[in-house]
Amino acid sequence: MAIKTEPLVVNIGPQHPSTHGVFRMRVTLDGERIIDAEMIVGYLHRSMEKLAEERTWTQNIPFTDRMDYLAAMTGNLSYCIAVERLAGIEVPERAQYLRVIFAELQRIASHAMANGTFVNDCGAWQTPLFYMFREREKVLDLFEMTCGARLTLNYMRIGGVAFDLPDEFLPQLRSLLDELPDRFGEYEDLLIDNEILLMRSRGIGVLSPELAMNASMSGPMLRGSGIVWDIRKADPYCVYDRMDFDIPVGHTGDCYDRFVVRMEELRQSVRIIEQAVEQLPPGSHLADVPLNLRPPKGEIYSRIESPKGELGFYLVSDGGPEPYRFHVRSPSLLNLSALREMVVGQTVADAIVTLGSIDINVGEVDR
Amino acid sequence: MAATTRIGGAQLAEHIEAGVADAIEETAEDWVLVRPERLVEVMTFLRDDRELDARYLNALSGVDHFDYFEIVYHLSSLSHNHEMTVKVRADHDEPEAPSVVSVWHGAHLQEREIYDLLGVNFSGHPNMKRIFLWEGFPGHPLRKDYMAMPGGQSPGLRRFPKEDPEQWAGEFRGD
Amino acid sequence: MPLLANWYDLRDLGNGVARLIEALRDAGAPDGLIYAITGLLGAVAILLFVGLAAIINIWIERRLIARIQVRRGPNRVGPFGLLQPVADALKLIQKEALQPNNADGIVFTLAPIVIFIPVILAFAVLPWGEQMVLADLNVGVLYLLALGSTTPIILFMAGYASNNKYALLGSMRVIAMLISYELPMVMALLGVVTFAGTMQMSGIVDFQQTHWSWLIFFQPLAFLIFLLGGTAELNRTPADIAEAESEIIAGFHIEYSGMKFGLFYAAELVNAVAMSGIIATLFLGGWWAFGLEQWVPGWLIFISKIYAVYFILIWFRGTLPRFRIDQLMAFAWKFLLPLAIINVFVVALEVLLWREYELSAGVVLPVAAVVNFALAGVLIAGWARVMGQAFERAPKKPRLFSEIEVPLPDEAAPEAGSGQTEPATV
Repeated sequence: MAIKTEPLVVNIGPQHPSTHGVFRMRVTLDGERIIDAEMIVGYLHRSMEKLAEERTWTQNIPFTDRMDYLAAMTGNLSYCIAVERLAGIEVPERAQYLRVIFAELQRIASHAMANGTFVNDCGAWQTPLFYMFREREKVLDLFEMTCGARLTLNYMRIGGVAFDLPDEFLPQLRSLLDELPDRFGEYEDLLIDNEILLMRSRGIGVLSPELAMNASMSGPMLRGSGIVWDIRKADPYCVYDRMDFDIPVGHTGDCYDRFVVRMEELRQSVRIIEQAVEQLPPGSHLADVPLNLRPPKGEIYSRIESPKGELGFYLVSDGGPEPYRFHVRSPSLLNLSALREMVVGQTVADAIVTLGSIDINVGEVDR
Repeated sequence: MAATTRIGGAQLAEHIEAGVADAIEETAEDWVLVRPERLVEVMTFLRDDRELDARYLNALSGVDHFDYFEIVYHLSSLSHNHEMTVKVRADHDEPEAPSVVSVWHGAHLQEREIYDLLGVNFSGHPNMKRIFLWEGFPGHPLRKDYMAMPGGQSPGLRRFPKEDPEQWAGEFRGD
Repeated sequence: MPLLANWYDLRDLGNGVARLIEALRDAGAPDGLIYAITGLLGAVAILLFVGLAAIINIWIERRLIARIQVRRGPNRVGPFGLLQPVADALKLIQKEALQPNNADGIVFTLAPIVIFIPVILAFAVLPWGEQMVLADLNVGVLYLLALGSTTPIILFMAGYASNNKYALLGSMRVIAMLISYELPMVMALLGVVTFAGTMQMSGIVDFQQTHWSWLIFFQPLAFLIFLLGGTAELNRTPADIAEAESEIIAGFHIEYSGMKFGLFYAAELVNAVAMSGIIATLFLGGWWAFGLEQWVPGWLIFISKIYAVYFILIWFRGTLPRFRIDQLMAFAWKFLLPLAIINVFVVALEVLLWREYELSAGVVLPVAAVVNFALAGVLIAGWARVMGQAFERAPKKPRLFSEIEVPLPDEAAPEAGSGQTEPATV
C-alpha cells in the first residue's frame, strides 16, 4: 500500500536566526528533502538608487555604507573609485595605500563574520562565531580610532580618504598583524579537520564552475568553484598591482571549499596589509575636489573586489551635481542567482549551510 | 599584471556584424546598440565566440531616458580579461525587451529588479515578478516621471503608497 | 559502616532517616505510615535538589559556555551573576504564556508539565549514599530505560499540539532520533548489567566497591556509547537536531513562551543532571570513590561526579557543530549499534569464562580491563576507517595561484596551473 504524502511548504524567514537578516526562502519539502525553493527578498529595500538621484555625488557616500553594513569600507571605496574614474580625479599615493589597508582590514572583518556565522549555521553553538568576533572587534577598534565609527564608516572620500592616520594607529595595527596569523591558526585547528564540519559541508551546495560563471557569481563563490579570478589581480585598482599575494581557489565548489577559501583570504589580507604598511608613503591623503562636483556627461561601470564579490557601480552623469542614474551591481544579490539550483534535492539543514556559505548581506541584496 | 582591456564600440560592432548580420543599430566609442529583436542572438554569439568569450555578465542596468529605456549589459571575458558594453533600447510607453536568461543565468534576478523598479517587461523571462516591492505596488519608482504617475500617487515621505488589498487575498490564511 | 550510626553523621543522610524509622517503630506506628513518611522525606529531598540544580545549572552552563567562547557570561545580578537564573525565572513567570489559535489547547498545556515526570522519576533509583536510595528497585536499569522511552511521546505532544511546521519537523526528528538511540544505549547498558550481574543501581555500585574499581575501566566502549547516546537523548549538541536553533529555530518548543517555555528549559537542564547521575552511578562508581567516602560524604562525591559528567556535556555543546539528521541516524545504526553488540558478545564471553571456571576476580578483572580497552580502541579506529567517507581524503587546503588564469571553455581546467604556488602556511 502506498503511503499518501503531501509536500509541506515552509517559509524559512524572514524572521529566522540563520537567514542573516530578513531574507526569506519558501521551500517545499518532501519529508526533510527540499523539492522546490523560491527566494523572496525586499524586506530591507530602502530605495537607495532612487534616493541617490536626488543627492549630490558626495552625499551619496553614506548610502554605500548602509548597503553592505558588514563591509562598509569597500562599499565606500567602490563608489569613490567609480566617481573618480568618471570625473578624472587623481588620488594621492598615500590615500591609495590607506585605501588598500582599510579595504583589506574590512575584508578581514567581513570574512571573519562570514566564517563565524557559517560554522554557526552548521550548528556549532556560537563558539567559532565568538572566536572570530574577537578578531573583528580589534579591526573595528582600528576603524573607530581612525574615523570615529565602527560599522557605517563613511571614511572614503572622492579623491582620497577623510582623515589621515592617528599616531597610535600604526603600532596597534602592527601588534594586530603579529597576532592575527596565530589566531587564524587557532581557528583552523578547531575547524579545518573537524569531522562533523566536514560531514556537514563537504559535497553540500556544490556549484560547478560553468554555472558559477554563467550565473554571475563572484568573490569567494567563484573562487570556491575553482575559477582563478580576482579583480584585485585582473583589474588592479588603488595600488594592488604593487602587492604580492595569492588567490586561493577551491577544488570542488562545495560549502567547505568556500569556507577554506575565506580562511586563506584572511591570511592573504594580512600579507597585503603588511606590504602596504611597509610601502606607505608620506604626503597628502585627500586630493582637492570641488565641493560641488559636476563630473562630465558620460557613464561608467567600475568594479572592485569587495569581501562578498564583485561590487560594481554603474553611474550615469548628465553633467549635473547629482547622478542621473546610480545602479549598484551587488554581489550579494547575484550570488543568490543559483540558490535554487544549489539547494533543491538537499535537506533543510543543508540548505541553511548552503545559504550560510554564500555569505549574503540582506542590506546589500535589497539596497 | 595587466588591467582589464576594453573592447571599443567600433571593434565590437565589427565582430558582431561578422557573426550576426544586421543587428547593430548604433555604435559609439564604448558601446554598441543592438536591435531588440536580434538581442538574444547577438548575446549568444558573444558568449560562445572564442575571441570575445563574454561568458560573464557583470551587470545589467536599466536607465530611464524619458523617451526610451536603455538596458545596459556589461559583459566580460575572464579568459581574455577584457570587457565590453552592449545596450538595447525599449519604448517608453510599453517598454519591452527580450530576456537574456537563456544566455546567462545571472540575468535572472537583475531583469526582475529592472522590471520591478523601471517597469521594463522582459519577454521570455521564466518568472517575471516584482522582486523588491510587493505585488500591487503602484508604478515603478525608479522612473524619472514617477512623481507624476497616473493614479494621483504622490510618493515621498508624506504619504506612503497603499497596497491594493485585493492583491493579498488568498496570500494569508487565518482570521 | 555500622548499621545505626549517629543521626548527625553527615556522611550518609540515610542515618537520620534510619533513626527516625527506629523511633517511629518504637512508638508503635504502623508500617504504612513509616513508609509514607520516609518516602515523603526522600521525595522532598530529591525535589529540593532538582529545583536547586535547575537554577544553579543555568548559571553554570551559561558561565562555562561563556568561558569557552572567550566572553564573560552573566555577571551583573548578584555576586558573580549568581542570581541571574532567579531574575530569568521571574521574567519568565511574568510573561504571557501565549497559545496559538489552532493549537490543541489541552495537549499544548499538558506537554511542558508532563515532561517533568520522567525526569524527576529517574532520580528515585539513583543511590546517593550507602543507604540513600529512595526506591532501590531490583530492575533499576530497566526502569531508567523505560523512563527514557517516554520522553519522545511528550516531545511529540509538544510539537504536534503547537500546529507549527517547524515544531512538526522538530518532533519528527526527535522521534526518529530518540528511537534510534534507544537501541545502542540499551545494548551498552546490557554489557554493564552482564558484567555486574545485577540490574539494581545500588547493586552495581556495590559491585564496583567490592572489586575496588569503577566500571568505566571494564566497559570503556559501553561508556562511550552511552555518553554519545546520552547527548542525543538529551537533545544537546552535536545531536540537538530536534531544536536546531539555526535550522528549525527551536523545534518542538517554538510556540511556547513564558513559563511553559521555562519548564521545557528547566526539564532539559534537570534531564542533563539525571543523565549525568546515571552515568556517574553506572560507570564512575556512584557515591563510592576508592575510600574517599570515609571522609567525604558520599552524596557530595556523587554530586561532584554528576557535575564532572555534566561538564563534559557542556564542553561538547561549546565545541562541536551539529550533525544532519541522516548522519545522526547513520551514526547510531552503523557505528554505535554494531559496536555495542560486539561489546555485549565480548562481555558475555568474559563473564561466562569467569563464572564457568570460577576464576578469581583478581585475575579476571585486570585481564578483562586490558582486553576491553584494546577492543574499544581497535573497534573504534577500525570501524571509523571502514565507515570513513571520501570527504576525509579530499584535499583540505585551497590551491593558491599568483596570477589569474581562466581557461576557455574547450581548454583543460587549470588543474596544475603554471601560476600555482605552494601554500604559504600549512
